[in-house]
Amino acid sequence: MSDITKHSLSELVENIKSKKLSSSEVTKAFVERSEKSKELNAYITEDYANALNKAKKFDEKPNLDLKLPGIPIAVKDLFCTKDLRTTAGSKILNNFIPTYESTVTQNIWNDGAILMGKLNCDEFAMGSSNETSFFGNVQNPINKNLVPGGSSGGSSSAVAAQLTPITIGTDTGGSIRQPASFTGTVGLKPTYGSCSRYGIVAFASSLDQAGPMAQNVKDCALLQEVISTYDEKDSTSIDFKRNEYSKELTKDIKGKKIGIPKEYRVDGMPKEIEDLWKKGIEYAKDCGAEIIDISLPHTNYALPTYYIVAPAEASSNLARYDGVKYGFRAEGDNLIDMYEKTRSEGFGAEVQRRIMIGTYVLSSGYYDAYYLKAQKVRKLIKNDFDDAYEKVDAILTPSTPSSAFKIGEKTNDPVSMYLNDIFTVPVNLAGLPGISIPAGHDAKGYPLGLQIIGKAFDEQNILNIAYAMEEKINFKNNITDWWIK
Amino acid sequence: MSIDLKTIKHISKLSRISVDEKKAEKLAGDLNSIFDFIEKLNELKTDNVEPLTSIAETTLKLRLDEVKSKNLRDQVIKNSPKENEDYFVVPKVIE
Repeated sequence: MSDITKHSLSELVENIKSKKLSSSEVTKAFVERSEKSKELNAYITEDYANALNKAKKFDEKPNLDLKLPGIPIAVKDLFCTKDLRTTAGSKILNNFIPTYESTVTQNIWNDGAILMGKLNCDEFAMGSSNETSFFGNVQNPINKNLVPGGSSGGSSSAVAAQLTPITIGTDTGGSIRQPASFTGTVGLKPTYGSCSRYGIVAFASSLDQAGPMAQNVKDCALLQEVISTYDEKDSTSIDFKRNEYSKELTKDIKGKKIGIPKEYRVDGMPKEIEDLWKKGIEYAKDCGAEIIDISLPHTNYALPTYYIVAPAEASSNLARYDGVKYGFRAEGDNLIDMYEKTRSEGFGAEVQRRIMIGTYVLSSGYYDAYYLKAQKVRKLIKNDFDDAYEKVDAILTPSTPSSAFKIGEKTNDPVSMYLNDIFTVPVNLAGLPGISIPAGHDAKGYPLGLQIIGKAFDEQNILNIAYAMEEKINFKNNITDWWIK
Repeated sequence: MSIDLKTIKHISKLSRISVDEKKAEKLAGDLNSIFDFIEKLNELKTDNVEPLTSIAETTLKLRLDEVKSKNLRDQVIKNSPKENEDYFVVPKVIE
């Protein structure tokens, strides 16, 4: 049955629960398709044999009350998986085999899912095109030599190409929503503190969040329901009442107030993005929502703020890679020489660049001018959202300022690469939830996404709006399987 | 503002990342273009703004101070590039 991989997660769960399909049949189908799709380079580490064994075991004694019964899932290689290599897309962790499991992945295994492998990503999640990975570029299934977005590029490629029914990514400045937008898939960045960061390779601790990526909103809601739990192992995990997101999902969004921030009309925005946004506003109106113009006056300062805060935190988090306790080591004449060679050979260019920026802005004499300044502007950005949410229930924007670009097109200009995240970064700085849904195509036929931003802890509301709009948009991804010979 | 090669050498030392001349020049160019972009923040007056230090406005939860994981020595040492019995091995530090 080659059609198995065409099913959505919800359909697969239904088929397994009604015993029309076994976990083994489903797992075999996704493993076979993944094996035929090596050209996409979506996987860093494959664990197919174990996956098939686990599926067989599941079928011997199936627990059909679980939310993800025997569902095979590949996850971003930023989540520590016990006994399976976890690289964060970096040479420095090339041989790292965790002795413990991240909370988020443990949650999905506890609910019956089966690990198929680890998906490619930008090195330490630093990138917007998956081109900084030590393990090479990932192909976007939409077209050859097109980036799948980043940093969760292996994840977006694998979901769009149906190598895994769903996946989890991480989002520090847009790393779930931007790749979802580039591949015609759905990606949710939850509220900061919603999903535990325990066992996720750290990039920028005040911004990082794990979240679901899927083919549709319903699947996204189901996965969010499983991964979002309070966790005492993460001191920033927040103990709030979580919804049963998939059960409570509704298309009734009548009377919801949706804000349109004028500052997101950035200079040089392509007309097709502007048109998509206008179309999105019409769809929201059709669903019964009320559209309200709002202002987020500090939007233009979000990216400069992010490029101080994120590298500062990264330079501190990545200090642990010293060639002593784990990971790659380069030999040196003395201890300092060993540290310096290890980090110079073990980290790629973008990661080194960000460590250097972060070290500089935290260094003596510059801390106030840069880091403290950025923390103050971050407060202003958060205040903008707080003010807006006095008037509206959610905010609608484009997800990205363009569709997917060609591999190699932006690698020589870091600032132009950073501009990709202009619409997603403010959401991380303010700690809010945001979801990207596919909403149309550009002139080249590449997918474009719309982003719905919610109040803190209001995932249910933005999932509902996305669910209602998804039906009106009726998006179809144009994927031709060009990589399968 | 301009970041010169001397500054790059200083940051590379603080970062514990060795940098040769060629790499230093490339980094100086990249960092200058990134800092040009960051300088935009100076347009804003922020004298009376409280810095945002934590996005989650909750206080840390208290818990009992008890040992929950034991005998992790093998796990801790398992991924080390070089070890001897229960110790991490590094180049000689004291003559």
